[in-house]
Amino acid sequence: MSKNRDRKECPCSGEKSSQGVTRRQFITNMGVGAVAAASFGNLAAGQEAHAAVIKSGEALKINLKINGHAYRLLVEPRWSLLHVLRNELGFTETKASCERGECGACTVLIDSIPRYACMTLAVEAEGQEITTLEGLMHGEALGAVQQAFVEHDALQCGYCTPGQIMSVEGLLRKNPDPSLDEIKNGVSGNLCRCGAYVNIFKAAKRAAELKRGGSS
Amino acid sequence: MNDSDHSLYYLRDMPVPETPLSDRKPQPWGKTEAIGKPYQKVDAYERVSGNAIYPSDVMLPNMLSVAILRCPYPHAIVEKIDSSAAEKMAGIRAVITGYSPGVDYWWPYSPEIKTKLFDLHCRFEGEEVAAIAADTIYQAWDAIRALKVNYKILAFVSDETKALAADAPAIHAGGNKGTSDKYSRGDVERGFNDADAVLEETYHSECELHTPLESHGCVARWDGDRLSIWQSTQGVYSVQAAVSKIMGLPLSKVRVMGHYMGGGFGSKLTADKSTIIAAVMARKTARPVKLFMSREETLIAAGNRPPASMRLKAGVKRDGTLTALDFSVIGTGGAYPTRGTNLMDWLIRDLYACPNVRTDTTDVFINAGPSRPFRAPGHPQCSWALEQMLDALAEKIGMDPLALRLKNIPSYSQARPGKPPYTSTGLRECIKEGAKAFGWDKARKEIASQAAGGHIRRGVGMASALWFAGGGNPPSTVIIKLFSDGSMNLNMGASDIGTGTKTVMAMVISEELGVKPDIIQIEYADTGTTQFATPSGGSKTVPTETPAVRAAAIHIKQQLIALAAQDLKTDVSSLTLKGDAVVSRTDAKKKILIVDVSGLKKQGLIVGVGYRSPNPEGKVVNPFAAQFCEVEVNTLTGEVRVLRFLGAHDSGRVMNRMTYDNQVCGGITMGIGFALTEARVLDRNQTGKMVNKNWHDYKIPTASDVPADIISLPIDMDDQEANTTGTKGLGEPVTIPTAAAIANAVYNAVGVRVTTTPITPVKLCSILHSRRKEGKQ
Repeated sequence: MSKNRDRKECPCSGEKSSQGVTRRQFITNMGVGAVAAASFGNLAAGQEAHAAVIKSGEALKINLKINGHAYRLLVEPRWSLLHVLRNELGFTETKASCERGECGACTVLIDSIPRYACMTLAVEAEGQEITTLEGLMHGEALGAVQQAFVEHDALQCGYCTPGQIMSVEGLLRKNPDPSLDEIKNGVSGNLCRCGAYVNIFKAAKRAAELKRGGSS
Repeated sequence: MNDSDHSLYYLRDMPVPETPLSDRKPQPWGKTEAIGKPYQKVDAYERVSGNAIYPSDVMLPNMLSVAILRCPYPHAIVEKIDSSAAEKMAGIRAVITGYSPGVDYWWPYSPEIKTKLFDLHCRFEGEEVAAIAADTIYQAWDAIRALKVNYKILAFVSDETKALAADAPAIHAGGNKGTSDKYSRGDVERGFNDADAVLEETYHSECELHTPLESHGCVARWDGDRLSIWQSTQGVYSVQAAVSKIMGLPLSKVRVMGHYMGGGFGSKLTADKSTIIAAVMARKTARPVKLFMSREETLIAAGNRPPASMRLKAGVKRDGTLTALDFSVIGTGGAYPTRGTNLMDWLIRDLYACPNVRTDTTDVFINAGPSRPFRAPGHPQCSWALEQMLDALAEKIGMDPLALRLKNIPSYSQARPGKPPYTSTGLRECIKEGAKAFGWDKARKEIASQAAGGHIRRGVGMASALWFAGGGNPPSTVIIKLFSDGSMNLNMGASDIGTGTKTVMAMVISEELGVKPDIIQIEYADTGTTQFATPSGGSKTVPTETPAVRAAAIHIKQQLIALAAQDLKTDVSSLTLKGDAVVSRTDAKKKILIVDVSGLKKQGLIVGVGYRSPNPEGKVVNPFAAQFCEVEVNTLTGEVRVLRFLGAHDSGRVMNRMTYDNQVCGGITMGIGFALTEARVLDRNQTGKMVNKNWHDYKIPTASDVPADIISLPIDMDDQEANTTGTKGLGEPVTIPTAAAIANAVYNAVGVRVTTTPITPVKLCSILHSRRKEGKQ
């Protein structure tokens, strides 16, 4: 049976990030440890990548833009975006489940592309638009994808649901009228152990309609 | 509040059932208004907006994070732990090991074999060795890696079929043999003699892991001598009982909360060792702590559906009458007595009418993580053997697989003492109506006539099932509060594990009182504030809790009418509830709005209490099922693609069609994993370690692996004998026959029986290859 998780556009997808880090470079950096990985991107501006030796435990100042709001905070270079979102900032709608890029429960949008927050370092996300579930809401009102998930009961326990919603949102931003296969592919990086996939497919279709109708 | 406002809470024209006198049982619901319709989850908003706070989301001021060091070997003795380096590291608040004071708790795997919270004799990879609390989880893991442990590595055994060999290392002082269970009825040998066809086959099912998306764990905090725990659990009261017993605390001093929870499937029915470790850490550090297992930890140490090696011999007459079933199992619950072979033979004993049956199950110990109940314990494994055998017998005697099953449908439970009848059995309807909706006959014909050659082959298969439990049972207590404005609050201890429990309960109140479900606020799953309930497992939450909720709603009605009778100066027996008012049946002028009842205003509240009555004596309440599927097999790659599925289920009255269908799809999805991809792999010969302790290598179904075409066909039978809501359980039967149905469809497609789970491409390719070498196709 096919496993299409790798097709998901996450840090391991081979897509260029805004710092121009390819999958190969990313892995190379990760290979020499989080220390080096932390030193690329904006932080490393003006420095040789290997010259900056930052001890784990030492905090760095970063700016994150989450759901349109700016956050200034101190982070350890090795902290994942997931850890920072949940434990430092309280965005607990972004769920922790495998924390190793397998399940998609922590999916957020980074510049409108679904990414695993557990596989993204917080320092790496600096300067990009991060969107969590909160960013899809209009105040207290649900966004189109969320509304569609309610209408089609596209969840059971609800723990994978935030990640599923973010993946569908990312899919629809890129492809406003996806086919069933495109929907399946779009959420193939998000595991649901309760097995609500069939309803998730329906919800994604419905969300596309809602978005096209501009009703949400 | 004016009249138009309060009526918003009531469905004006909705008739509600007559109120029985307090000593009378309520009549079964006739035509229902709310029940049975699709209704969106009452807590869907919280779950899709991110507002729902799961236990792993709980953050308390000054909270610490805890990580656990687990034994990296399948069998070892901890000889020494040096924590000096770890203790000096940044952010570290406490280190505890088996040598620490204040952690000397027994862990009750069984009454016979006791083990410690941190046992120095580690009998499986993943057994707890030490724990560390730190300011951040990163620091806790840093320090875990800095612990120096001397292990004495012992010989291990990972294979249940080798555990009883003379040279197998003894895991417990008494050896590796756990419990064994024998059953027989009739005369099996005579049964085989009477048969026109006898077949014998061995089957094996691999160990399946629960892997709920939210991992196992809790947040724990002490307020003086009172312990509060936010646990991801299916049953707050069972966690409370376990913590209280193990730590020697009064029940009143242990409060367990578990409002939302991210999946359990049986692995979260009670406390984990990590629950106790968190409580100990919170006490030692005088801080709240959070302890959630990593994904890898949950895969080795949070439970499983254990592997089973089965042998089945079956006899059948030419007309399809089953004459004998002889079944034996060697199974294992892992390293401890965790009832690993529980119910493994139940379907053999009870699903089909058969006068001569013999079963023999043996539970052995191996060096692997302990099993836990997993969605219909024992049943999918047994179904894998029995339902494939039924198909093989049908082919042998030239009968349609459906016809063979329909020939052997019992109306009573053959294996229970006294052979009690079922309150209802829809097995025949599940098979017949399921087949019709699936288009079974047409599909079979089409497949029989598919052109020879070509590497893509189609096949259809089916399997039927019953679930041993699913009738629900006492105890359960629930409370409904009617506020003076006519709105209501339901208070119950049961968890909503994602099945839509809360929504179904709100619908019951709606049906009985004519109130809109949305206006009912539900307080649940908190031992400090809600009523006693058993854990949400065994497919019994709906049949257990809905009658109690209905009873509480009736209690509200009775009191409301009694208070209204005082205002209307009339007799209670002439009054009834209609919409938002109490009215007289005989005198249209005698009518009072609920919000105007002076007794209600004076009290501010009416409290209705409901209890779960016992099930009918001498009868059995079981749900039944039949599932049908179509697959496509690529004979070159060995890939099996599931094209469509249909689940026909008799689970009594359908309560909420929307959540009902979702359960059916979910159970089938999980069964697809059991059939095609899921297997814990232990390195049996070299290290004994699990080699696929992650979701990349332990593959559960993804969106790409399930068909969009899954149909739920409820056999909607109001089981009036079972209980006052006519319900039976659904959550487990939906996954019992799935894997066997797929195996039967694969056989139908390519003519080979895959008797071991999972049907992987490699395995199927190799079977097809050897058949080609034998020149068969």
